[in-house]
Amino acid sequence: MLGKTAGGLFWMSRYLERAENTARLLETGQRMALTRSHSSEEEWASVLKTAGVYDGYLAKYDEVTKDNAIDWVLRDADNASSIRSVIKQARDNARLVRTALTHDVWGAVNSTWMQIDTIMKRRINERDLPNTLELVRQQAALVRGATLGTMLRNDIFDFTRIGNFIERADNTGRILDVKYYVLLPTAFSVGSSLDNVQWESILRSVGAGGGYRMTHGQKTSPSEIAQFLILDQRMPRSLHFCCRKIQENLTYLEKDYGFSGPACEASNKLFDKYLGRTINDIFDLGLHEYIEDFLSDLGHLSAQIEVDYRFYE
Amino acid sequence: MGGYFDEMFSEDGSWRGPYQDIGQWFNSQDASRLRAKHREAEQVFRLTGITFNVYGKTEAEERLIPFDIMPRIISGREWQRLEKGIEQRVRAINAFLHDIYHRQEIVRAGRVPAEMIAGNEAFLPQMLGVSPPGQVYTHIVGIDLVRTGPDEFFVLEDNARTPSGVSYMLENRETMLKMFPDLFTVNKVRNVSDYPRNLRRSLAACAPAWASGEPTVAVLTPGIYNSAYYEHAFLADQMGVELVEGHDLRVHEGRVCMRTTRGYQPIDVLYRRVDDEFLDPLNFNPDSALGVPGILDVYRAGGITIANAPGTGIADDKAIYSYMPEIVEFYTGEKPLLKNVPTWRCSDPKSLSYVLDHLSELVVKEVHGSGGYGMLIGPAASKKELSAFRNKLKARPSNYIAQPTLSLSTVPILARSGLAPRHVDLRPFVLVSPDEVKITPGGLTRVALKKGSLVVNSSQGGGTKDTWVLED
Repeated sequence: MLGKTAGGLFWMSRYLERAENTARLLETGQRMALTRSHSSEEEWASVLKTAGVYDGYLAKYDEVTKDNAIDWVLRDADNASSIRSVIKQARDNARLVRTALTHDVWGAVNSTWMQIDTIMKRRINERDLPNTLELVRQQAALVRGATLGTMLRNDIFDFTRIGNFIERADNTGRILDVKYYVLLPTAFSVGSSLDNVQWESILRSVGAGGGYRMTHGQKTSPSEIAQFLILDQRMPRSLHFCCRKIQENLTYLEKDYGFSGPACEASNKLFDKYLGRTINDIFDLGLHEYIEDFLSDLGHLSAQIEVDYRFYE
Repeated sequence: MGGYFDEMFSEDGSWRGPYQDIGQWFNSQDASRLRAKHREAEQVFRLTGITFNVYGKTEAEERLIPFDIMPRIISGREWQRLEKGIEQRVRAINAFLHDIYHRQEIVRAGRVPAEMIAGNEAFLPQMLGVSPPGQVYTHIVGIDLVRTGPDEFFVLEDNARTPSGVSYMLENRETMLKMFPDLFTVNKVRNVSDYPRNLRRSLAACAPAWASGEPTVAVLTPGIYNSAYYEHAFLADQMGVELVEGHDLRVHEGRVCMRTTRGYQPIDVLYRRVDDEFLDPLNFNPDSALGVPGILDVYRAGGITIANAPGTGIADDKAIYSYMPEIVEFYTGEKPLLKNVPTWRCSDPKSLSYVLDHLSELVVKEVHGSGGYGMLIGPAASKKELSAFRNKLKARPSNYIAQPTLSLSTVPILARSGLAPRHVDLRPFVLVSPDEVKITPGGLTRVALKKGSLVVNSSQGGGTKDTWVLED
């Protein structure tokens, strides 16, 4: 396979995952802004920070308002990480690697872009926001379904999955990074209603509300939420789950290609360093520092994959 | 029908021979349902991404080439005649290219003037003395044909560089098979779907002689913003070969290699869809980011086959076109089976004065132009356009050729009001290998969708039709 093709698959998949995560983030943001009694600006700023687009926003707008924040995250062409921009990039990458995709996967990606491009020609008002975000999530599910259902389990598939899970781990990590203070077991957090809303929002933003209740019932505590998002082995957006998948797919490549590069080693190290601990160890070390280090190491792993498999010259 | 030959209906309004069966079928159909089918087809094209990019538009707009569901039908007998003529012409083109880049016998014999070659931008001195494997220069050729009467076919243009459109030929057929399977049980239509397999086989047969085993073939594209990117990806996919861009390739130890996830791997045959000029920044345009530095040196040393060979443009140049009857005769010893359109070379002062005097009756084309850009259709031009063009002609006469306005045949399209005649041309696709010249039955029919228009180019509002060759 061409190195460029591996890169195209990797990024197509990362961008699609990003679109879905950003959609979920916006959904949660809107809900938080609706349920909270005081001003919602703070909540939207937090959405912008989690999506990693806060600085870009401030370069364009002087203050954070709901409408501008939604537009910036959803469809602004100046924002390379807006949902519209990342779906466009996913589709451009899919075009680049068309020959590696099945008809179904290409069709799903292409129709996603066509629909998003059509409805995002104009500003989306708040009333239409839920339907728009629903469409993004549905299309992402369609692409994933086509990928799982029609692609050969070969190196093409491996690169798609690696991109997918690196992006997802990065997203869960960034949510924890921005909201870590809500999860700190400080003397003040004894389950006020405000805390409950915040905790709920964290779970929602990774689509894990239902899963959490299934495993933990109604009892919500910050350390259990943190444990669920970081160390749970069955929650498909936990850092543990994502890193396991990255490791697995790199191992398949290693077997397939008959060589093991620094990236394979880095993924093993990443797993051992961050996921072979208990949640108490993590709190002892400092949740914030832990997450920051994790995100940085994940970034290095991603860069190493690009080098090992010759995505670029 | 204003003196135009209509391929579907005779003068008395009855369906012509090859169209008998489809005529019966059509008359039994409900027109509104057919139109619904038509919209369905366009949706399929859009979802599949069968689009071309329009240059000069914001964000490289992707457009559909409109598809008309009424097929263009050629009888088996008609096709046999065309096939012979096409094969003769393509063989002559290859012999001409070999000669031009070697001894230039045709120039010595005084049949083509020396300045037509040496002073031609399409002539590549770097190709002098180079003999590609099997002496095949044009592995893939598109010969544009037009028809003016029952037995009157003319070659309008030879496309010996990187002819495009074959993906539309294939997708049009797929679409028709899906939408109207019943039509293909009534009519025995010759198959076109083996084109990609034949293309790969034909390219592999042209691999350098020393290459052992199954040769590695790749398609070189300028990238996703190129107008024909869809086709490049389609052909690579259908052939099961890699689709590469210049930055995927580099020259290493005398071979052209592609960067794979496991390291650099050499390529034996490169089907390039990048123009000569951009192929090699070291040897041609130094600003090109599309090509591969040093590829021409590898090629000249026999380390790779490039299809089509660099420098084939000298054979399809519009000024050379007017010499094609002489060229065919010179290399085959036979009279040309396919006619050329009479052509005035404006570089010749006598011709120029004739052209200037008859501008409103003629079609004038730029010698190096393509895509229907920069051409004048005299009968359709306003006085102002005519006088502007007259000045251009006087300023650079050698840049132009002129031809009579042909009465292009028509084949009806399904318009809102029913069947309506529109002008068409035909581009059959030819594969050349050392073993054979293989012509896909039919080709791409392009149709001018605007009433009365003679310009069929997709960039200028043309559409396409499925083209059937019947098994008689």
